[in-house]
Amino acid sequence: MRDKVVTAAEALAEVRDGALVAFNFWGPGTPLHLMRALQERGVKDLTICTNNYTLRADVLREQGAVDAAILLPQTRKIIVAFSGVQQEDSSASVEIARRVQEGTLEIENVSHGLFIERLHAGAMHLGGIYSPIGIGTSLENGKEKRVINGVEYLFQEPIVPDLGLINAAKADTLGNLVCHGTARAANPVIAMASRYTVAEVFEVVEPGGLDPDTIVIPASFVDRIVRIPDDDPYSRERRVEQTLRSVKYRLEKMAEAEAEAAQGGGA
Amino acid sequence: MKEKLTEELVAMRAAKELVPGDYCNLGIGIPLNCAAYAAEGVLLESENGVLGYGPVHDRESLDENIERVDWDIADAGMRYLEYVPGMSFFDMLTSFAMIRSGRLISILGGLQVSEKGDAAIHSTSKDDIASKIGGSMDLSWGAKRLIVTMTHCSKDGSPKIVRELTMPVTTRGRVNLIVTDMAVIEVTSSGLVLKEFAPGWTPEEIQEQTEATLTIAPDVREMEF
Repeated sequence: MRDKVVTAAEALAEVRDGALVAFNFWGPGTPLHLMRALQERGVKDLTICTNNYTLRADVLREQGAVDAAILLPQTRKIIVAFSGVQQEDSSASVEIARRVQEGTLEIENVSHGLFIERLHAGAMHLGGIYSPIGIGTSLENGKEKRVINGVEYLFQEPIVPDLGLINAAKADTLGNLVCHGTARAANPVIAMASRYTVAEVFEVVEPGGLDPDTIVIPASFVDRIVRIPDDDPYSRERRVEQTLRSVKYRLEKMAEAEAEAAQGGGA
Repeated sequence: MKEKLTEELVAMRAAKELVPGDYCNLGIGIPLNCAAYAAEGVLLESENGVLGYGPVHDRESLDENIERVDWDIADAGMRYLEYVPGMSFFDMLTSFAMIRSGRLISILGGLQVSEKGDAAIHSTSKDDIASKIGGSMDLSWGAKRLIVTMTHCSKDGSPKIVRELTMPVTTRGRVNLIVTDMAVIEVTSSGLVLKEFAPGWTPEEIQEQTEATLTIAPDVREMEF
């Protein structure tokens, strides 16, 4: 049996241009190490499918903070439920607006529920689903509407990623994964839906090192395991540093905004 | 100019809608303040996958508490949560099954609410480059009860309780109760009913700041907190 535990570069070696890539981007459980590796891999024309496409301020990105926009030059389409792409402290925000305008970037809007149920439909190999979400809203555009038992639904296609990038706390060498806290989020469903799933983890143990009762994602859904090196910019410790910088930055921004508002009020 | 209620008081009033045994998701903005006033025994949910959360770590002092904070336990808005007895973690599919199932009361912030119970929650403009929908459509569609908390009027003074929405629709016909800094209004099949008014305000003054027509409840009374 081939060893599943490899480096990120090895895990992503066969990813092709035009791939549909899904990842969880929601604080804990975000595969930052693999996102950076995908950027370095250099494949292009990607479709990025993520629950959240929130941008980091330029000053934070310069210090290593990762957002989905590090993949922007390699991206032609974004499927997203929540985005903060209109943001004045991020140059990626300007770039996204420009590329949408010139027609080289497409954005497909969904809700968080639609995002996860379309992936789930992909995991179950369904031909599509009828979802009640979006009736009477802009999400109706271009969608087949159907009334079933008196309730209106919109037809939604499944999402089957070519590549799923996930994060978990710990793996055994077979690929069984355990998650901690709220780091599950979309990771289990992305693992189930994707044709090829790569998991980054903070720790790898031998089979038997995980309690079978606690396994969140079973090995059959995991094709490769990447142990995040201890000296990696996205090791546990360094992530905490990134988080603290980001929180501090936001608090400063809020204080600035308040000071400005107070000045404006006095004028 | 008469005083309107503070955000804290609006949150306090909205939190009175929750009783022990309720499950509830709180949206960003005024609703998050409800957590402090919710009755004991109310279990709070966050979309990324946690039920039964309680206090959050203070953002200002996170760096002094590095060892105390578990950096893998956060809510959907990236507030770091303290461990409390009875909390559970789950994935997003489980979370949205819960959200869609009518088990949760949703208290969400609002930009506009119409007299038919339609709500604009996620965006002020059709020109957004990308979605800010997040969980708002799921939370409003699937709620056992949908309570919208907001200021009664926008910053420029225009009414937010309107006949027809002018902002992008988040949900149609789902709002049950509106709690503002002036009033508590119930959405019924025959329109909006003014149930309570903020101290110092009269029903007539509230109507003046509301585009939609309000029916005044026979037992209309002053808000209590």
